[in-house]
Amino acid sequence: MPMTVTEIRQGLASGQFSSVEITRDYLQRIAQHNPVLNCFISVTEDIALQQAEAADALLAQGNPGLLTGVPLAHKDLFCTDGVKTSCGSRMLDNFIAPYDATVVECIRDAGAVMLGKTNMDEFAMGSSNENSWYGSVANPWNTAYVPGGSSGGSAAAVAAGLAPAATGTDTGGSIRQPAALCGVTGIKPTYGRVSRYGMIAFGSSLDQGGPFARSAADCAILLQAMSGFDARDSTSSDTPVDDYSARLEQGIEGFKIGLPKEFFAEGLDSRLARVIETAIDELRKQGAEICDISLPNTALSIPTYYVVAMAECSSNLSRFDGVRFGHRCDEPVDLEDLYKRSRGEGFGAEVKRRILIGTYALSAGYYDAYYLKAQQLRRMIKNDFQTAFDSVDLILGPTTPEVAFKIGAKTDDPVSMYLQDIYTISLNLAGLPGLSLPVGFVDGLPVGMQLIGNYFDEARLLQVAHRYQQVSDWHLQTPEAYS
Amino acid sequence: MTAAAVSPSDMGQWETVIGLEIHAQLATSSKIFSGASTAYGAEANTQACAVDLGLPGVLPVLNREAVRMAIRFGVAIDANIDHQSIFARKNYFYPDLPKGYQISQFEHPIVGKGQISISPAEGEHKLVGITRAHLEEDAGKSVHDQFPEQSGIDLNRAGTPLLEIVSEPDMRSAKEAVAYARKIHSLVRYLEICDGNMQEGSFRCDANVSIRRRGDDKLGTRAEIKNINSFRFLERAINHEVERQIEVIEDGGRVVQETRLYDSERDETRSMRSKEEANDYRYFPDPDLLPVNISASDIAEIRAALPELPEQKKQRYISELGLSDYNAELLTANRDTALYFETAFAEAEATQAAVLVNWILGDLTGALNKAGLDINESPISAAALVQLVARITDETISGKIAKQVFDAMWQGEGNADEIIEARGLRQITDSGAIETLIDEVIAANPEQVEQFRAGKEKVLGFLVGQVMKESRGKANPGQVNELLRDKLK
Repeated sequence: MPMTVTEIRQGLASGQFSSVEITRDYLQRIAQHNPVLNCFISVTEDIALQQAEAADALLAQGNPGLLTGVPLAHKDLFCTDGVKTSCGSRMLDNFIAPYDATVVECIRDAGAVMLGKTNMDEFAMGSSNENSWYGSVANPWNTAYVPGGSSGGSAAAVAAGLAPAATGTDTGGSIRQPAALCGVTGIKPTYGRVSRYGMIAFGSSLDQGGPFARSAADCAILLQAMSGFDARDSTSSDTPVDDYSARLEQGIEGFKIGLPKEFFAEGLDSRLARVIETAIDELRKQGAEICDISLPNTALSIPTYYVVAMAECSSNLSRFDGVRFGHRCDEPVDLEDLYKRSRGEGFGAEVKRRILIGTYALSAGYYDAYYLKAQQLRRMIKNDFQTAFDSVDLILGPTTPEVAFKIGAKTDDPVSMYLQDIYTISLNLAGLPGLSLPVGFVDGLPVGMQLIGNYFDEARLLQVAHRYQQVSDWHLQTPEAYS
Repeated sequence: MTAAAVSPSDMGQWETVIGLEIHAQLATSSKIFSGASTAYGAEANTQACAVDLGLPGVLPVLNREAVRMAIRFGVAIDANIDHQSIFARKNYFYPDLPKGYQISQFEHPIVGKGQISISPAEGEHKLVGITRAHLEEDAGKSVHDQFPEQSGIDLNRAGTPLLEIVSEPDMRSAKEAVAYARKIHSLVRYLEICDGNMQEGSFRCDANVSIRRRGDDKLGTRAEIKNINSFRFLERAINHEVERQIEVIEDGGRVVQETRLYDSERDETRSMRSKEEANDYRYFPDPDLLPVNISASDIAEIRAALPELPEQKKQRYISELGLSDYNAELLTANRDTALYFETAFAEAEATQAAVLVNWILGDLTGALNKAGLDINESPISAAALVQLVARITDETISGKIAKQVFDAMWQGEGNADEIIEARGLRQITDSGAIETLIDEVIAANPEQVEQFRAGKEKVLGFLVGQVMKESRGKANPGQVNELLRDKLK
């Protein structure tokens, strides 16, 4: 059975195995399973073994860091010095970043070993990982099904034990939704908690990096390494970072947990609802007080999100013009031809759709009706949460309205695809932290439950998830082919 | 057509309306959103870091010094400065614009409404409104002449901080526009926020020009003229554009809203793009940058640290030193000229102020202009000029001889005293010596002496001139005049 980060740390510390040995194990698993799962865009074997050797030396000195010798994977949206960073796009198929993202730097500084870069929806635009230039990723629980997106490669890699942990990014649910669909634990922290420097931007006011792992306790370790103020990101927060592992073992008696009635209404698969009810009962048993709340503007979050995210992406993706880096068309006849063909060839259909919608929303004459209106709605959605947090400590609901769907099932229906993010998107609009953890199965596919916290209250989310995982084993289950 | 009968140069019925957009490059040592250097003239693309290149994933971080400089300008023009200012993205594609958008400001510029007083001609004063001034990053440069069939991109300039100063359409002639531009140029240099170098593009003007029939309240359709890199070209470009617009209208046409480029070689403006072709910039607040908060105490602190500004200096020169309004204006128009004057005046006596100013604004400015030098490059230092002036006021030399001494000083022959000694230019004030010269002149010009005595006053000038000539300019002309009259009585 694949190990957790916590177990790997213990094994390395006790000398049960070396970092090189465990790294080789993972590389071997990747070689074996990646042809089917397609989780990785790049496998950085040489770097991994070098870093593992260095880690073993550090371990031998008896002075390991938080993640010394622990192998893990990065979503291919984080820039990695000297390694291809494709963002799942043909546009950046030839792009080798000349610098490390802050997240990559933090994790490397903590001693981790980089196994490779994971597959994703192109420029993080998608909820199924079907929008990648490098092809779909298969869900390890059933390879005919999607793993969710956009961080589908990271979620599937952790679920199949091709990596004990991986980084992801979440603009509208891109960590939590694939975590739910693949049966792993993932957390999107408060906006500003993790530096965005070196994360290729999709929706700058929404994007946040975060970890995937096999348990909340592992997520706590990874988030600890990733978090903190970064002077290179003006939107990064200087709020002190909590010790995420410190509170894990504390009880949750008296925690007030609100269930937004809008999250349990029409649209939610009743079988998922029942699975989640059972998990709620468990928390109640541990002393949590459960109550009903309302987030009245939930339905507005999808249209609001799609205006904000697309407006921002239409501008963020302008730099991919074939001039300085990335895909350039052959033999451009003039500047306009260079732009049109480089972008036309470099971007996939969903990216083009979003650039067009975003451009439209920002255009003269439409700005007030779309962008400005969306900003007003965004404030209302944020206010809903603030009102709710006046009376509860955290909010709980499903992560997704249904379990994983078949590859190809929704590709012709973007609106139905967008609805996958109905429960996750409002957190990005409000900037709040959210965690998804596995709480059961429907049709043999994992069900994710979402915990939503107040600003910078990640420690509480991790604590509640950990307490639940102490009395359940959904998070430890592995699809048969990979156990 | 009857309209054709009207001469295009007949300005009588037309009124010109001009507003200026000035881009002043702020004198910060690093760029507005990155740590790269802003120094001018480095090898292409050596001063462009990952942020300036717009690489995937990089983020802008605001240079606080640029904000302080912008506020300094705002305070100096008594502008409204909001407590929150917001950066916005201006989206358009161009190869020298790395991100595909320029970070600028749109709805909440750092500097709001202000005003400035200009003096387009001696004794004339006018207040010009300043609509706003906002911070933005400069683009890079496209190089079209170095590679056959290809363009090069130099991103050294990309991300250099600019303050765009937008005036109200308050100017009514090219002269006023130039006076305004010069005033802003002077101010930013006084404030030490811009080096004002127009050749290097540190100070650039775009002019919005329209015409309307005198008495009309409504503004005419404007053309924006770009690419003006000197005050002289500003005046010419505007005058040409005004003539063009009058011609268009008088020929029965309409002025179209467009951007025109000034071509200084051909001395004409030509269309660059029309409004229909104009970009929709799709401005929206930049989500990568937080709003800039400016407290009242920040503003107060910056206000307290302001240097004496040209207008204050001018008033002080008038009231304390008794200079004329015109001279005070000229002297303070350029910060370096004012500093030169103040350095010199500190060594001079109070009574020498007027003579000193005449020398600075007259011979010195003339010589500097001729040589194409700035006053701080002057071969004659402020202290050296004071010595020369002292020799005039103590009557060691006459004003006329002083010009000779000045020329020799300019050539580097030494200071005034050394030159006066070496060339023997000391003024003759010994009346005995002068009388000897006068006697000689009287003896040599009996005819003219006769004429003077017969009442022809004008002849005296000729005789004085002869005496001065005999003295090789060294005789004190006042004394010569007096003694000559006595002798001829």
